[in-house]
Amino acid sequence: MRYDLVVVGGGPAGLAAAIEAKKNGIESILVIERDKELGGILQQCIHNGFGLHEFKEQLTGPEYAGRFIEQLKEMNIEFKLDTMVLDVTPDKNVHAINSVDGYMLIEAKAVILAMGCRERTRGAIGIPGERPAGVFTAGAAQRFVNMEGYMVGKKVLILGSGDIGLIMARRMTLEGAEVKAVVELMPFSGGLARNIAQCLNDYNIPLYLSHTVIDIQGKERVEKVVIAKVDENRKPIPGTEKEYEVDTLLLSVGLIPENDISRATGVEIDGRTSGAVVNEMMETNIEGIFACGNVLHVHDLVDFVSAEARKAGKAAAKYIKGDMSTGDYVELKNGFGIGYTVPQKFRLNNVEKGLEVFMRVRNIYKNMVLQVRDGENVVFSIKKPHVAPGEMEKIIIPKAKLETIKGKEIVVELVGGDK
Amino acid sequence: MLDVIVIGAGVMGAAVSRELSKYNLKVMVLDKENDVSNGTTKANSAIVHAGYDAKEGTLMAKYNVLGAAMYEELSKEIGAPYKKVGSYVLAFSEEEKKHIETLYERGIKNGVPELKLIGKDEILEKEPNINKNVVGALYAGTAGITGPWEFTIKLLENAALNGTEVLVDAEVVNIEKLESGYKVILKDGREFETKIVINAAGVYADKINDMVSKEHFDIHPRIGEYYVLDKVQGKLVNSVLFQCPTEMGKGVLVTRTVHGNIMVGPTAEDVEDRDYVGTTTHGLDDIRRQAAKTIENINYRDSIRNFTGIRAESSTGDFIIGEASDAKGFYNIAGTKSPGLSSAPAIGLDVANMIVEKLGATKKEVFKQNKPQIHFIELSPEEKAEVIKKDPRYGRIICRCESITEGEIVDVIHRMVGAKTVDGVKKRCRPGTGRCQGGFCGPRVQEILARELGKELNEIVLDKKGAYILTNETKISK
Repeated sequence: MRYDLVVVGGGPAGLAAAIEAKKNGIESILVIERDKELGGILQQCIHNGFGLHEFKEQLTGPEYAGRFIEQLKEMNIEFKLDTMVLDVTPDKNVHAINSVDGYMLIEAKAVILAMGCRERTRGAIGIPGERPAGVFTAGAAQRFVNMEGYMVGKKVLILGSGDIGLIMARRMTLEGAEVKAVVELMPFSGGLARNIAQCLNDYNIPLYLSHTVIDIQGKERVEKVVIAKVDENRKPIPGTEKEYEVDTLLLSVGLIPENDISRATGVEIDGRTSGAVVNEMMETNIEGIFACGNVLHVHDLVDFVSAEARKAGKAAAKYIKGDMSTGDYVELKNGFGIGYTVPQKFRLNNVEKGLEVFMRVRNIYKNMVLQVRDGENVVFSIKKPHVAPGEMEKIIIPKAKLETIKGKEIVVELVGGDK
Repeated sequence: MLDVIVIGAGVMGAAVSRELSKYNLKVMVLDKENDVSNGTTKANSAIVHAGYDAKEGTLMAKYNVLGAAMYEELSKEIGAPYKKVGSYVLAFSEEEKKHIETLYERGIKNGVPELKLIGKDEILEKEPNINKNVVGALYAGTAGITGPWEFTIKLLENAALNGTEVLVDAEVVNIEKLESGYKVILKDGREFETKIVINAAGVYADKINDMVSKEHFDIHPRIGEYYVLDKVQGKLVNSVLFQCPTEMGKGVLVTRTVHGNIMVGPTAEDVEDRDYVGTTTHGLDDIRRQAAKTIENINYRDSIRNFTGIRAESSTGDFIIGEASDAKGFYNIAGTKSPGLSSAPAIGLDVANMIVEKLGATKKEVFKQNKPQIHFIELSPEEKAEVIKKDPRYGRIICRCESITEGEIVDVIHRMVGAKTVDGVKKRCRPGTGRCQGGFCGPRVQEILARELGKELNEIVLDKKGAYILTNETKISK
């Protein structure tokens, strides 16, 4: 089998990338999806709030995905479902299997990696206690409740105040369960402010910041979960324990880009994003292999995923047609307050109007200025009244400003303001 | 009347049952859990020790050396994973160096082959990630790593294939002496008469012994906590790295697992509750602190699971193997703490021989071998294509982390001593042992189990009876 472009993953990133590549003149495209349908995790996100940026209206996950799936089908872009990619080689041979075609070797000119992310588990964060049934990642519980039509428990505690945890607090409540509390290790929530209001406050579900789970009891099914307050080093403080008689613990303790295939291919991974190191074209260190969406870095809004994926799709088209410019790289370094940036490097030649940079900050800061500095020279700056790790930041540095950069690196940082 | 009842379907019960299944005997294996291999065998270091630890002249020393020598061939025969990777006991001071010399001498007396004292340079060459403070090591070439669940399940599968009956959910509550033999009474009221009873009940072996024999011994449960790390850390060590042993056991070790993960642990703590297998904050902290002596740069952010195992420490300090002097036909395999797993094949063979001799049993003319189990990911592309062509279910990956196919899952559900729980599937073909820990594949495995066993989705449990995963259907009507 031969295709110009193979897109690994048929979630929001893969769909948008494939559609954009087709719009940019690539005819031979194959999207490979491991699940039984396109749309990825969006299919289990039946709450609304998707698409405010993309469509200027509030859609549910399946509705949002549906619009892209429809477009993909209208454009006659090929896709294979229930198909697993086992390996992508640096020369862009894709090895995949399914029950119908068997073992497939697909030769591609370009590959877009869009495999999404997975949830961190109990084991990853080392929660002590017994190992009964009833400890779920919030996403697994969401799948059971929203897609399989089964409830996972009656009395629930949730660890982690990321968006999935918050949304599941509301969902479980609406399905008749009693959500006792949401417990957050950090002194601030990792979720969007609107989700705290709509999923916790509206239902009188308490949020305990700077708390964690220190014990799980129950030999068969969860019977009790013990939480405690933590100090500034995130260590539990003796004497602050609270016990909850619950049958279920949901974990929303972080998402990790699923880069097993990328790693095996030799794609360079950024330790901060756990995703690929990419340039201005969303291209990895391996020429013609691109990455976008949650496999690149974890986004809070799917709208941003779609926008980023379009960039990757357009870039892949450019690469396939041989229109990609080369040039020297300028590296983006993380200064004060900045956790990571995507891209991590860029070539001026390929930037059209401006360079879009996504980033996450390390803490909650108020009244700061986000600036990009080339040595002592400030290339770009913008006021930021409020930034938080739970909300991704984006800047667009105009090309004219980029042209003033001297040297091989720029620093992105927060200055001034109240910490 | 049965010939033999084996109480306990852990590695000991499995090893003896499989040997007995070569003879013309009616054998039944009973376990109180809802699956086999669910007690001590389920959670341990998964190491086949070479045999230099136990004092010379003990049963531990004898069976360990014999057992270790049997592992490679036996594993191949039954289709269980095993790798002879060798082990090192590391010395970090002159005092510890003396200790490993003592172990070396003891090993020689115990008859352990391939033992060698090596210097700092040689150990660092073999295991470059070890703490540079190491001064020397005792190398044991016959040490290996196994999959304790797979090993045990494969032994029982083989026994069952040759006519042994394996009953789970079968807790023995009493044993009565008969004219010639015993009556074994289960919690649910079922009764079985048998000529011979073999007590391989792990941490409950003393309770079973007390039902029959006045030769009293005690079993003290001692727990040990562990970390399992992702395969991305797999290159950290190539073999098994011990520290110098202490009174409480062999200390914290860092080892490669048969499936390419890294395991760190165990702690050692005496407990009261024989069923308590919880981890603790202090235990997990201890492991990290102690293991740093061996390797400083273990990245616990790559941890995928913590667990606690339980070992059966006996009051005699040695294995208790053989017929009770005051109860003819009642055999104990008790107090089999470490190196129990390593010794199991030899103990199984020895005890089976005692019984064969006692009953004058004859060997079966035909002894069946296990049907090979396909491990999809280990196949070449050509073999993969071939397997999918024969059975399209091998073309559908259910567990992404470990690339386990639907074909493999269906296979282990329908094999002898097949899987009935989500963890039962995990123990037999590993979906859920990867970094997502079943987050993705758990619901799909549950679905396949329900379909293949003709049950409702919410009837499938995670592990133990009562470990329900789902409660009721949601308000959405189907």
